[in-house]
Amino acid sequence: MSNITLKVNGKAHTLDIDPATPLLYILRNDIGLRGPRFGCGLGQCGACTVIVNGVATRSCITPTSSVKSEVTTLEGLAKAGKLHPIQQAWIDEQVPACGFCQNGQIMTAKALLDKTPNPTDAQIREGMARTLCRCMTYYRIQAAIKRAAKAIASFGSGSNKEVVA
Amino acid sequence: MKATSRRNFLKQSGFLVASFSAAANNSFILAAAQTAATTAAQASGLYPDPDFRQLDSWIVIRQDNTATFYVGKTDLGQGTGTAFRQMMADELDMPYDKTTCIMGTTDITVDQGGSGGSDAIQTDGWPMRRVAAEARRVLLEMGSSRFGVPVDQLAVSDGVITVKADASKKVTYGELIGGKKFNVVLTGNNIDNTTGQAKVKTVQELKIVGKSPQRYDIPAKVDGSLTWAGDVKLPGMVHARNVKPPFAGAKLVSIDEASVRGIPGFIKVVSKGNYVAVVCEREEQAIAAQRQIKVNWEKPATAPFPNSEDLFKYMRSATPTSTQKPTVTGNPDSALANAAKVVEAEYDVPFQGHTAISPAHALADPSNGQMTIYSNDMKSYGMRTGVAEFLQMPRDRVRVVWMEGPQAYGRTAADDAGFEAAYLAKEIGRPVRVQWMRQEETAWDTKGPAFTFKLRGGLDAQGNLIAFDYDSQAADYNHLGYNEPDTVLIAQLMGRRRAMPAPGGGATPNEMYAIPNRRMASSVVSLPLIWETPLRTGNLRDPNGPQVTFASESFIDELAVAAKTDPLEFRMKLLNAGTTDDNAFRRARSIATLKAAAEAYGWDARPSPKPLGTGNILTGRGVAYTFRSATVVAEIAEVEVNRKTGHVWVKRLVCAHDCGLVINPEALKRTIEGGMLHSLSRTLHEEVKFDTEKVMSLDWNSHPSMTHTDTPERIDVVLVNGDPNPNRPDLPHYGAGETVCKPLLAAVANAVFDATGVRLRRIPFRDERVLTALKSSGIA
Repeated sequence: MSNITLKVNGKAHTLDIDPATPLLYILRNDIGLRGPRFGCGLGQCGACTVIVNGVATRSCITPTSSVKSEVTTLEGLAKAGKLHPIQQAWIDEQVPACGFCQNGQIMTAKALLDKTPNPTDAQIREGMARTLCRCMTYYRIQAAIKRAAKAIASFGSGSNKEVVA
Repeated sequence: MKATSRRNFLKQSGFLVASFSAAANNSFILAAAQTAATTAAQASGLYPDPDFRQLDSWIVIRQDNTATFYVGKTDLGQGTGTAFRQMMADELDMPYDKTTCIMGTTDITVDQGGSGGSDAIQTDGWPMRRVAAEARRVLLEMGSSRFGVPVDQLAVSDGVITVKADASKKVTYGELIGGKKFNVVLTGNNIDNTTGQAKVKTVQELKIVGKSPQRYDIPAKVDGSLTWAGDVKLPGMVHARNVKPPFAGAKLVSIDEASVRGIPGFIKVVSKGNYVAVVCEREEQAIAAQRQIKVNWEKPATAPFPNSEDLFKYMRSATPTSTQKPTVTGNPDSALANAAKVVEAEYDVPFQGHTAISPAHALADPSNGQMTIYSNDMKSYGMRTGVAEFLQMPRDRVRVVWMEGPQAYGRTAADDAGFEAAYLAKEIGRPVRVQWMRQEETAWDTKGPAFTFKLRGGLDAQGNLIAFDYDSQAADYNHLGYNEPDTVLIAQLMGRRRAMPAPGGGATPNEMYAIPNRRMASSVVSLPLIWETPLRTGNLRDPNGPQVTFASESFIDELAVAAKTDPLEFRMKLLNAGTTDDNAFRRARSIATLKAAAEAYGWDARPSPKPLGTGNILTGRGVAYTFRSATVVAEIAEVEVNRKTGHVWVKRLVCAHDCGLVINPEALKRTIEGGMLHSLSRTLHEEVKFDTEKVMSLDWNSHPSMTHTDTPERIDVVLVNGDPNPNRPDLPHYGAGETVCKPLLAAVANAVFDATGVRLRRIPFRDERVLTALKSSGIA
């Protein structure tokens, strides 16, 4: 065990942990986040995805000691009480079924749209290819990504919409 | 229900009042409901069954004129909770957004069995509607007393009762009943028949049913605020991992506890019979212990099963453990003997896994001599009863709190994890969280049974189908039920097993074709090892339908080809040859759905296959149809087959769907899309592979699933109402969900045949298998 300082969603956390522990377990069990989820522990499904340095990162296979930059999780996407346009698009499109994988879908889509603001269908398929959903909501996810891209192009990533349920 | 628990019940509702007025945000309400269910975990006291004959067990109305519905179902992500609110708010005459719904927690919601069988709306929706109608009736009686006018001179809208003759005289439901109990006794010999005196509304009177309010559970699933079953943390909680036998049927010889004792946070190795688990303070420590522990296992003397390449040969030659009496119409043998043309074909479907997006997990709290299990298992009530029996605890000392989790559509390892957590919690005396790992889940989760089929059909000289002979074998002996204390995996490994394994179910096709001579036969075969095997079977999203309909609807297509008839026209002819119909008008509705699918697709009537294309990409379309219970579906797939790689892409899907009265069309459409794509994954990718010792499909590489890349570019869902009188006031709501999983495999197979002239009779259609088939036909 040793002290590690981790910056997550704008807040610094100093933790006494085994630094080799995968980031996922630290985020979930020590910091108490519920966005990143355990799906495979193998980096194959994407349910644990967080964003580090603009890169969609599989936290289940990322040793905590290797994380040198701020970590953004699903909880960190909303700004000043407003959902990120991607999250809003997910609601507007009524994407989730069970919803367990959607953390990975949304975070992967976020990294994709940050890099490629106006993706083609092929770019969406390729960019999302390794993020799995067993309720098979893929069709609606792809529609929501296009919807979010349009919203970001019109209003920016702050969105002009209030957080609504 | 005893007085104490009812007090808790209303107290809990009181907690919800505060949350409700604090925010109009639905996700906030959902979170509050879960907190209400979880904070009481440590309180001492019994967990009795809510009395379904008490109106107060179902509905609580508060002073601020908001209502909470308590129902004994679980929502697997299809939006059934939203649908229940719509149905009950409609009967009660409350605005939808002033209601909430609590589901599946055994001590606060009546036992409607949790979920399964796609019958939540079809069956369980009825008592919900009737009790809500009864609450409305009672409230109107109370309004009548308050204003001194008969009920028929009162109007009610949005939870406000008004005197018709004097609109200034009004009172809200909340003012009449808020903070008080109804104390109304319901009748009915079982929960499905629960009723009061009131009649439910006619279809024409329903205002919220048929609309599409957004699902209330979605916001918390996209902003990270939802507390899932896997997120619950309790004081003193520890983490467990199972140590599974490396070979099917292995016997535990010894455990070298010293191999893990040095791991920081190590607490204990728990073992009994062949069940082994490690328990540590922290999750990563338990994972390390699971990986590091040295255990000696002895292989069984004989092979537990053939390898997966030999499976179908084994099944065809095995002596059945049971055979269903065939259903016979006419004389199929003589009709086949006299047929102008006889067609024969065999089909194979391998074992397929549930393989939930996250492996099974549960948390159990043993404090105060009670047991509370936090689980996403879809049948929380069965888990409560099963665990009580397994641990030999009184039922009223055990409860299951149902919470959201990865859904896997059937009897999954979520059952097993709940029992394991409870057992370990009792052993350790602290709350224990069990989490299966990916490899463990993919290998050991229950499987949908493998099937082999043999079909024969006879056509007369005019191409009419005069004989249909269907026979199937399912590798389904010892089919596991839900939450059984003598079949869950921990019980099997501990040697606690029922004397008579479940016989398993054979299955025959569901269609309304009028065929004068037919035989439908089915039998069950067993693998050599039936206990402690990773090839244990359990219900997977329509337990047998996808397999059976793959064979039967592929074969109907083969017969249409032999008759040189358009495959849609061939089916229509078989349906139109019938003259009678049943209570659910399934024949008429079959015709209507097939017609609607064809119209939505723009079906080009012609025999299959189409003339072979010249490029690398060959295109084709295929249709298949079936029903489940009273719900009828027809699906059309359009495919692109790459003749150089064997890759199949389903470019477009159409589904015409008739489930009677639709509660929430938008939620239903998404359920249909997801169900079809789940079956598309089973069509193209999914197969459990094994050698003669163990399962070899362990993760998403070795048991692949459909991805974004496979997704069709267009899906059209048509909600059909093919009832001969679609405007009748009592039009029922049938079930939705599993029906759409059934015909998709055949629709794709038929489309591949249309494109290539090559018939694929073995699932899944992975590239290499398709390429081999194309090559052997000279297409590639």
